[in-house]
Amino acid sequence: MTATALPDKRGHFGVFGGRYVPETLMTALDELLEVYEAATRDPVFEDEFRYFLADYVGRPSPLYFAERLTETLGGARIYLKREDLNHTGAHKINNTIGQILLTRRMNKPRVIAETGAGQHGVATATVAARFGLECDVYMGTEDMERQALNVFRMRLMGSRVIGVDAGSRTLKDALNEALRDWATNVRHTHYIIGSVAGPHPFPLMVREFQSVIGREARGQILEKEGRLPDMLVACVGGGSNAIGLFHPFLDDEVQLVGVEGAGHGLDTGLHAATLGQGTPGVLHGAMSYTGQDANGQIQVAHSISAGLDYPGVGPEHSYLKDSGRADYVSVTDDEALEAFELLSRVEGIIPALESAHAIGHIARIAPGMDRDQIIVAGLSGRGDKDVEQVYGFMDQERVDQERMEG
Amino acid sequence: MNRIEETFATLKSAERKALVPYIMAGDPDLETTADLVVELDRRGADLVELGVPFSDPIADGPTIQRAALRALDQGTTLRNIVGTVGSIRERSDIPIVLMTYYNPVLAYGIEDLCRDAVRTGVDGLIVPDLPPEEGGDLSDACRRHGLTVVFLVAPTSTKARIELVGRHTTGFVYCVSLTGVTGARGKLADGVDEFMALVRSHTDRPLGLGFGISSPEQANEAARLADGVIVGSAIINVMEEHAGEPDLIRTVGEYVASLRAGIDRKNPVTAPG
Repeated sequence: MTATALPDKRGHFGVFGGRYVPETLMTALDELLEVYEAATRDPVFEDEFRYFLADYVGRPSPLYFAERLTETLGGARIYLKREDLNHTGAHKINNTIGQILLTRRMNKPRVIAETGAGQHGVATATVAARFGLECDVYMGTEDMERQALNVFRMRLMGSRVIGVDAGSRTLKDALNEALRDWATNVRHTHYIIGSVAGPHPFPLMVREFQSVIGREARGQILEKEGRLPDMLVACVGGGSNAIGLFHPFLDDEVQLVGVEGAGHGLDTGLHAATLGQGTPGVLHGAMSYTGQDANGQIQVAHSISAGLDYPGVGPEHSYLKDSGRADYVSVTDDEALEAFELLSRVEGIIPALESAHAIGHIARIAPGMDRDQIIVAGLSGRGDKDVEQVYGFMDQERVDQERMEG
Repeated sequence: MNRIEETFATLKSAERKALVPYIMAGDPDLETTADLVVELDRRGADLVELGVPFSDPIADGPTIQRAALRALDQGTTLRNIVGTVGSIRERSDIPIVLMTYYNPVLAYGIEDLCRDAVRTGVDGLIVPDLPPEEGGDLSDACRRHGLTVVFLVAPTSTKARIELVGRHTTGFVYCVSLTGVTGARGKLADGVDEFMALVRSHTDRPLGLGFGISSPEQANEAARLADGVIVGSAIINVMEEHAGEPDLIRTVGEYVASLRAGIDRKNPVTAPG
């Protein structure tokens, strides 16, 4: 079976994926799969999805040649797939549009979501407002403090934001609580999972909704360069923007590189490099690489980027890693901050801290590549949400100093 | 026939129902857990579920989440729980099933766990995040080692799924009484009679009913519908109320004895409220 034909009927990517959930949710997952499969065969659904992606989200997003970044690094030609220009500022909305349309088809009046940085929560609150559905978003109280403005955005659009005080009070705990809510209210509630994680059919469905990124990028690069890129680079938390970019290129001779958050450094234990440092296990409904201890307890991840701060990863990434089709590397908090500054300074584009990890890896490798080689980077989101946080992190004196000498 | 099947068969011929208390192993510590199991046996329990703490217990409400955190803070692991069962076996023959999420099982290694569990006297496993579709490896290993694997049905299960669970479960079918997570509730869920009748008509296995049951009155009601009554969060609530008290074990024992009396009461009682 080729990689593009996966998952199998039960949602397995090799040994990964599947459905490891309480029995209460099994029938809802069957129903969701059925409704999703019917929708993919229904041209009306396809038209609706395209309409909202075009007129509401603003697709297609540009594939931008980052000329000054290319010059500065002095190697491969670098293109940015500008998901940061989407409505709500990230790729997340591609998926929430798809899932809210399915929710309508299931006649469910309520949606729930989990969120870390708040981007998926905002994207869910947005479509819930647009379609007039009730929406509750679970968010760790730690993250609510870090991303107070996104909490306000969600509330402004009529969603409730429910703080989760359990465990590490971050994304993983928000996901636990959303799954518990879903098990309780499954008859009238759809759970819009924000990544290619979770039980089947979420990894399949979210990938298909996000693959618009890669399909567009493929057409755009062929038009601009007359050939496919040599390499794709995207950040990986749960991994939805990376899968969305990679998937339409799986059968091509294009190198795929996912970039995880190395936090304070892989040797410190304070990182979010699930694929790089984790081991296979079951978390949040699927078999995949997981950050865990020897007894199978899930460990708390660390990354400066709340969107990468997750000890799990989508099962398809685990499959792509083990099959050798994709490579996974990691970038530290400090490297991501440097990349955040670099892209801001030379391109006038402030990237999300998540996306800055992809730029950080490119800054390492592009100088060593030939000038006729092409890299396409997934610029998954814009950095507006992170500016305040980064302001706090940066050595303000040093920034001022450089400007005066500048 | 293993100890669990024997227990249900013996009770059935005596026209009695099983009382199945759940406690979190390692809460407040494993020594207390061992003493508690002996006390539960003495107070009329027929089978004990030992919870294995997990960092991300998606099927559990706040009570069992808190108990899991306390147990993890004590350094409790699946490995030392299996060891504790060995020490319990010097004092009690009550059937013991471990209720554990799947990831600690995988981390231990399915084969190693089955081997060690049988050696120390564990009778079976309940894995709430493992549906039969994904349970093949565990079922095979347990069958070879003579361990029971209990699968669950829920009010949302279709007839086809109830039959599937009935075919794969051994020992009994764990019937989740409500649509939701564990935790004491004021009354049994609406529609539980119809749910249990539906399950009964699609499997011949003994039925254990759990989630939400928290009083002798509810236990009595549940015993009319099921072959076994499972009580977890309500016991842990009692433990929290009396945490640190010298007679904690006796207090829990008395509460469990009241559940036993509730189950054995022949005349229906009206639940207050």
